[in-house]
Amino acid sequence: MQLEFSPAEIAFQKEVRNFIAENYPENLRSVQDEGHDLSKEDFLSWHRILAKKGWIAPAWPVEYGGTGWTATERFIWSEELAAADCVGTMPFGLSMVGPVIYTFGTPEQKAKFLPGILSGDDWWCQGYSEPGAGSDLASLRTKAVRDGDDYVVNGQKTWTTMAQHADWGFFLVRTDSDAKAQEGISFLLIDMKSPGVTVRPIITLGGEHEVNEVWLEDVRVPVENRVYEENKGWTCAKFLLAHERTGIAAVARSKRGVEKIKAIARTEQDGDRPLIANPFFKRKISELEIDLTALEFTELRSLAGEASGKGPGPESSLLKIKGSEIQQRITELALEAVGHYGAPYFRGFGEGDNEHPIGPDYAHRAAPTYFNTRKTTIYGGSNEIQRNIIAKMVLGI
Amino acid sequence: MDFSYTETQDMIRETLSRFLADTYDFDSRSKMIASSTGRDPGIWKALAQDLGMLGASFSEDHGGLGGGHLENALIMEELGKVIAIEPYLQTVVLGGGALKAVGGAAADAVIPEIINGNVIIAFAYAEPQGRYNLANIRTTAKKDGASYVLNGHKGVVYAAPWATHLLVTARTGGATTDVNGVSLFLIDANAKGIVRRDYPTVDGSQASEIYFENAAIPADALLGDEGAGLPLIERIVDEATVAVCAESCGVTAKLHQGTLDYARQRNQFGQPISRFQVLQHRMVDMFMEVEQSKSMTTMATLKLDLPAAERMAAVSACKAKVSRSAQFVGQNAIQTHGGIGITQELAIGHFFKRATMIENQFGSADHHYERFERLTLAD
Repeated sequence: MQLEFSPAEIAFQKEVRNFIAENYPENLRSVQDEGHDLSKEDFLSWHRILAKKGWIAPAWPVEYGGTGWTATERFIWSEELAAADCVGTMPFGLSMVGPVIYTFGTPEQKAKFLPGILSGDDWWCQGYSEPGAGSDLASLRTKAVRDGDDYVVNGQKTWTTMAQHADWGFFLVRTDSDAKAQEGISFLLIDMKSPGVTVRPIITLGGEHEVNEVWLEDVRVPVENRVYEENKGWTCAKFLLAHERTGIAAVARSKRGVEKIKAIARTEQDGDRPLIANPFFKRKISELEIDLTALEFTELRSLAGEASGKGPGPESSLLKIKGSEIQQRITELALEAVGHYGAPYFRGFGEGDNEHPIGPDYAHRAAPTYFNTRKTTIYGGSNEIQRNIIAKMVLGI
Repeated sequence: MDFSYTETQDMIRETLSRFLADTYDFDSRSKMIASSTGRDPGIWKALAQDLGMLGASFSEDHGGLGGGHLENALIMEELGKVIAIEPYLQTVVLGGGALKAVGGAAADAVIPEIINGNVIIAFAYAEPQGRYNLANIRTTAKKDGASYVLNGHKGVVYAAPWATHLLVTARTGGATTDVNGVSLFLIDANAKGIVRRDYPTVDGSQASEIYFENAAIPADALLGDEGAGLPLIERIVDEATVAVCAESCGVTAKLHQGTLDYARQRNQFGQPISRFQVLQHRMVDMFMEVEQSKSMTTMATLKLDLPAAERMAAVSACKAKVSRSAQFVGQNAIQTHGGIGITQELAIGHFFKRATMIENQFGSADHHYERFERLTLAD
């Protein structure tokens, strides 16, 4: 065991740091700094730069377009991205459906879909939750009925993140209504431009349009767009959930978040001292930081286990639970730190606005981010569901 | 960066684990504790001479296996799994740690004797008024020709009734809490002028109040430089702090496992209580605390040789987290067991008692949060 990076790893760190510094889009940086909502093009501009470099999917096997980096190099990469405040890449293609397709897909499916995921030409969304199927995902009712070489799909999905931009969606649908809940589900790839697909926005507490309702009315989906066997979609779903959970720890970004809170707390005054000198606030920061270190080293131990051949297993639920709680605590402390100036409703910098928005820049998004981040303990399998998974799969009770 | 154990480390863990499974079941442990000396000296001898375990963290030059902090951590974790009362922490981690740090004739003379099991060291550092401040020392050591003369009172010196040597902190100068003027001595436990009051501890060990009454010790008992011992003391206490965190990983893993086992076989309302979701989630929370303790202990073990400020911040982060986890896992283990958990007859309560003592050993969670903040959260 050793913590130090090897000379090769230090060289790698320097290489990726330089690459980010030289290639991160200037205009994207200013959009972020001013607290604007990011457009589809904003996300894609950075995605395309990474795709061109061949660094868009470090976790993928090399044969499908991965980088072949070691676990340590991937750790360094995520640290550097977070330290430079780079926007994230959308997970739906790269972390979710991509690994499902290269693991369970046919050669034709791999050839058809993987290049678009890597290049960013295809924007993906995830059709899982339904109004009546949240934590109990397997109770989903969206139905796909076979008709010749097509399935005809009817139903409603919800909480579909960024579906408003999506070219493609991966959907869990019921193909056998008589089977036990998990056994009658199939995994379909649906062209979002198909007739019968309707996307309606849901506006969340921070005022954002991130999630949507997706209505499917007699949508025809070619059978060749089913991944893996009919009625075996739950296998893909479980595989995908485990992959989704590890990324969800968000350690590198949370470290950056803690640094930002410290900076705010050194600026904000609390009587005749900076807020960071308030022993109660200071204790909340130190508890947060120490818990984040515990999460970081739990993830590193888990990655070391993965490198020795174990895939991400049910223990990744631990990373999801602790990672999401920490993300929320960061937003709580940020909101607490900005004091009065958490309240003004921030409308962004509209066209032709001459006046600076109310309050310090770091306060503008404190409340919306706090509200928005309540999602982390709910999505990807709520934290209560994650505890059920650990109880069953790890503890055997 | 690398998080894998070497083959030798795996072998140490397996050998020790097998030995302890054979010798340290709950009944055997209870008998040792109830015996007149409060321990079974044969175990220590076997650890030294049959298993070579006491040499794992010493250099090959001194007759050891060439290991270090990682070996100490994994041995402490295994000892924790059987709540062993063996004085490994005091003898090898603290005494051995000080000797390795200063080197020279003392190290050459004493380390081989530690390795072969002839030396047991107790660490006399705490004083009634000092709490967790290592510099808060009233015990004095006055130079008198070729000797130092010790006077003062050291409290709750674990393993002192069994010790051949005492590792003592004392003032050779300065006022009670001064950073300068602190010295470290390794002395004969039976030197004239040492008065001991022995007693059992709540977690199954033995300890003493020690009174130095003009105890004259040879000048070469001084480890390191006179009056400049505090950094050395802080270092070995940090090493010992991480070692008890490793022990805590073993203790809490067993508390968690014992709770799972019990919940599976305890029936209420016509079914095993392990089927109740409220208890399942509690046991998951215990699992997560154990895993995070392991992560923090790994982190801090790997940072023990960094410069002092970084080392201290890492050790305090680790101990703060592990102390709270020990409390959480211990209390919930008892609660899940119900009434039977608070009886002497079950092992679980004894694991809980050790976990509870670990919480404050070498500093409470609050103490370590504060030290962490001092080092990392300046205005």
